[in-house]
Amino acid sequence: MLKQNQESCSLPPRMDRKEYRLLIEHRGAGGLGCEILKNLALSGFKDIHVIDMDTIDVSNLNRQFLFRASDVGNSKAEIAARFVEKRVKGVSITPHNCKIQDKDDVFYMQFSIVICGLDSIEARRWINSALVNLFDPEDEDSLKPLIDGGTEGFKGQARVVFPTLTSCLECQLDMHAPRTAVPLCTLATIPRQPEHCIEWAHIIAWENDKPFPALDNDDPEHITWLFQKALARAKEFNISGVTYSLTQGVVKNIIPAIASTNAIIAASCCNEAFKIATQSNPCLGFEENYMMYSGNDSIYTYTFKHEKKDDCPVCGNLARELAVDPNITLEEFIASLAERAEAQLKKPSITAEKTLYMQAPPQLEKLSRPNLVKKMGELVGNGDEIGVTDPSLGAVDFKYKMKFSRDFASTA
Amino acid sequence: MTEIVTDQTPPVLHGPSDKEKKYDRQLRLWAASGQKALEDAHILLLNSGSGTVGVETLKNLVLPGIGKFTIADDSIVTEADLGVNFFLDEDCLGMSRSESCVRLLQELNSDVEGQHYQFGRDRPLEGLFSDATFTLILYTLPIDSNNLTLIQKYANEKKVPLLSIHSAGFYSYFQTHLPGSFPIVDTHPDSTATTDLRLLTPWPELSEFAQSVTKDIENQSAHDHGHIPYLAILLHHLARWQSEHGALPSTYKEKTAFRNFVSASTRTDNAEGGEENFEEAVAAVLKTISSPHLSGAVKEVFDYKPDEVESVSSFWIIAEAIKTFYSKHNALPLPGSVPDMKAQSTIYVQLQNIYKSKARQDVLEVLETVRVHPGGKDIPVTEVEIFCKNAAFIKLIHGKTSPASIVEIADKEFESDDIAALAMMPLSLLPIYLSLNATSHVPSASSSEIVATISKIIPSASSNPRIVKAAEEVARAKGGELHNISSLTGGMVAQEVIKIVTQQYIPIDNTCVFDGITSRTQVLRV
Ligand SMILES: [Zn+2]
Repeated sequence: MLKQNQESCSLPPRMDRKEYRLLIEHRGAGGLGCEILKNLALSGFKDIHVIDMDTIDVSNLNRQFLFRASDVGNSKAEIAARFVEKRVKGVSITPHNCKIQDKDDVFYMQFSIVICGLDSIEARRWINSALVNLFDPEDEDSLKPLIDGGTEGFKGQARVVFPTLTSCLECQLDMHAPRTAVPLCTLATIPRQPEHCIEWAHIIAWENDKPFPALDNDDPEHITWLFQKALARAKEFNISGVTYSLTQGVVKNIIPAIASTNAIIAASCCNEAFKIATQSNPCLGFEENYMMYSGNDSIYTYTFKHEKKDDCPVCGNLARELAVDPNITLEEFIASLAERAEAQLKKPSITAEKTLYMQAPPQLEKLSRPNLVKKMGELVGNGDEIGVTDPSLGAVDFKYKMKFSRDFASTA
Repeated sequence: MTEIVTDQTPPVLHGPSDKEKKYDRQLRLWAASGQKALEDAHILLLNSGSGTVGVETLKNLVLPGIGKFTIADDSIVTEADLGVNFFLDEDCLGMSRSESCVRLLQELNSDVEGQHYQFGRDRPLEGLFSDATFTLILYTLPIDSNNLTLIQKYANEKKVPLLSIHSAGFYSYFQTHLPGSFPIVDTHPDSTATTDLRLLTPWPELSEFAQSVTKDIENQSAHDHGHIPYLAILLHHLARWQSEHGALPSTYKEKTAFRNFVSASTRTDNAEGGEENFEEAVAAVLKTISSPHLSGAVKEVFDYKPDEVESVSSFWIIAEAIKTFYSKHNALPLPGSVPDMKAQSTIYVQLQNIYKSKARQDVLEVLETVRVHPGGKDIPVTEVEIFCKNAAFIKLIHGKTSPASIVEIADKEFESDDIAALAMMPLSLLPIYLSLNATSHVPSASSSEIVATISKIIPSASSNPRIVKAAEEVARAKGGELHNISSLTGGMVAQEVIKIVTQQYIPIDNTCVFDGITSRTQVLRV
C-alpha cells in the first residue's frame, strides 16, 4: 500500500526525538504556530525553539488556543512557550521574540528541522534561501529539512523541502501567483467596485490629506477614516458594498483563517517532522513533496511531486530566458518584475556587466539612478545575462537571459 | 451567547463590535448567519477509546464559538492520556476524563458553555438523553456496541446528524450519518465559476444597452472606444456574426473564429498598441459564449422526490418553484452579478442595474409560484432571493448509505488499483477503512483477527496484500492514537461539523479515510 518512496528518506542517520532540536517560525495572522507547538510536544520532541516577533491581538483568539483575552498585547512566542511547557511534562521550549532575519547561520545550524507557519511570502523566501545556502555537501549536519504550512479559509498546503536536493520554496513560487494590482487610473478616474473606492482612499486620499502622521493598519481610527473616505467616494459614483469589514480586509490584505484548517495543516507538517525524525515511515520529500488540501466541496487532497527547477534563483544555476521589449525603460522593467509570478520582486537591484541599478547603499542608489529612465536596449544587448537580487529576501539571485521581443528603436 | 452578530454594516462612526473583532477571520467565511447557527448549536461528544481525536475536534469548535458542547465519557484519566491529549494535565490524574477535558476546553472561549456527563455502573448513559437536545452527535471508535445502539436510536428518533471517528496509529477515518436528504443552497462555489451573463439570450434592456454604447462604433473617440464594456463588445459582435452567418457561434471552431473576429476590431493605432477592453472581450469568449446547461447536482435536486415531511420545507418548496421557472424559460433565474471590467463608472453601474433588475424580476416570478404553494405563504423573500442567486450551485447530499454493497465497492476500488500505476492515480484507501472498521468494538486486535473479520464480508480479503498490510499497521497501533493523526482528523471533522451546522459549503458523502503514511485522503460512499 505504500508507494515506491520507501527508500526516499536518505537522511541524517536515525536520531531519537530527544536529540532533535526543532525550530518553529511563526509569524502573522494565520496562526499555525500554536498547533505546531502542541503537536511537537505531544509527539515526543523535547527541545523546541520558536521565533515570533508578533504580539497577541484580539482577532487571534478565534484559533490561537494558547492565548487568552488577558494575554492580548504580550509576545506570542513567550506566552505560547510558557503555556506548552506547563501543560506537557518534560518539553523545553525556547522563545525568540524577534524577526527570523535577525538570526544568523550559526543560529540556524543548531537545529535538525525547521518548520514554518509564516503567512508572508517574503519571510518564506528568506528562510528558504538561508537554508539552501547553509547546506555544505561536505557536512551532513548542514542539511536542514524545511517543512512549510499555509492556510486560507477551508484550504491549505503542507510541503517538505530538502534544501538543494529537492524542489525548494522558490522553485514553487509560481504556485502562489501575486494578486494583480488595480491600475492607478482606474482608482483615480473610473472606480467600479467597492474595492476600488477603498484602494483610492488608501493610496490617493491618504497621501493628499495626511490625516495622521503614518498609517497604522491596526488603529481603528485610521481604518475608520479610510472607510468614511471610501464610502463617500462610493456614494459619488453610485457604487454599493463599501463596509468597515471590507475596508479592513482590503487595507490589511486579510486572509480568512479558522481553527480547523490550522489543525489540519499544522498536524500534517508535524506528522512529516515525526516521520523524518523517527524514520518510522516514508516522509514527504524525495518523491511526493507537496500536499494540497481543500475542504470547500467535500474533502479533496492532492499529494504530488513538485520538480526542482534548474533555473531556480536559489537552488539552481541556469539563467532563464526572459522576453523583454528593448524600448521600455529600466524603471518599467523593474516594475514588471513585481508582477511576474516566478519573480514577485518589489525592490530588486539589477546588474549586467556593470551595475544598472542598486537599491542600496544610498550612494550607489544615487549613482545608478540616472539609468532608470534609459531604455533597456541602451543598457543591455540581445542575449545578455543580467542578475537580479533583492536583499530583503536573502540570497535570492535571479539570472535572466535577455531576449528582445522586438527591434530596438534607438532614439539616440 | 450574549449578543448576536448582525448582518448590518456597523454605523458609520463605530467600528466593529468586540465579537466581530474576535471572530473577524471566520465571519469572512460563513458570515453572521453561519455564526448564528454555530452559536445556537449544542454538540455532544460520546468519547471512548484512547480519547484524543474527539477532544481535538471539539477544540476546533469551541474556538470559533459553538454555543454549547457536552462530553459523555466513562473513563478516568490515566498516565497514558497525558502523553497524547493536550486538554488534560497532571492535576487531572485519577479524575473524571469528561469533566477534566471540559474544564480545559472551556478555558479557550468564555462565550461557550461546556457540560460533562460521566457515566458508569450507577449512572447509565441513557440519563444523558432525558432532558438535553443535541444538534449533532460525535462519537469515537472503538465503542461499546450497547452505547452505540443507544445513540443511534436517539439520532434516528430526533433526526440528528451523527458522525463517527476512528483514529489509530497512522490511520483514521470518519463517517457522517445524516438524517435523510441534506440540501445546501449556500455552497460557496469558486468565484471564477459563477459568471453567468446570458450573452446568447440577451433580454431587450440588455440588447438596447449594448446597441447604445456601441453606436457608430467605428467613429467613436479613442477614449470611448477603449471604454466600451467587454460585455457590450461581445453582444455587438454576436449580432454582426449572426447577421453574416445566420446563426450564433456554437462549435469550438466557430467560437475560435468568433474570437478572431472580435480581436480584429481592436484599434492598434495608439501608444499601447491595443485596447484593454478588447483584450478582456477576446479572453472572455470561450467562457461566456455558451448556452447555460444544468449541472448534474441541480438535475439531481430537480429529479428528487421529497417525502411528505421534506416537501413542506422551504428548500423543497422553492426548489419546486425554480423547477417550474426552468421548464418555462429553459434557464435558471439570473444570478444578477456582473464581473469587473474596463468601463466608465456610470456605464458600469448602468450595466449592473440592468442585470440586477432582471434578477429581481426572476425572483418575483419564482416568488409568485412559491406563494401559491400551501406551505409557501410565510417563506421570507430573502430566502427566495438567496436561492435564486445560487440556483446553479445548489447541492443535495443524500445522507443515506450507498446502495452498493461493500463487496461491490471493494471490487470497484481494487479494480481501479490494478491500473493505478498506469493512470498515475493513487491507490484506494479502502483497506484502511476495512481494517479500522474491523476493530470498531474491540480496543485492539491482531492482524490475523482483523483479516478474519474483514473476510466475513469480503471473502478474498486474506489474499489481498494491501488489506493484510493495512491490518498489520492497525494491529501495530494497538488502539493507540498518534497525536498528529488525531489532531489532523479532528480538524477535518470540525470542518464537516461546521459545514453541516451552518448549511454552508459542501459536506462529505459519506466517509473520509486518511492515510498518514502517504499523506492522502479519500472520500468514499459506503
Ligand atoms: Zn529552488
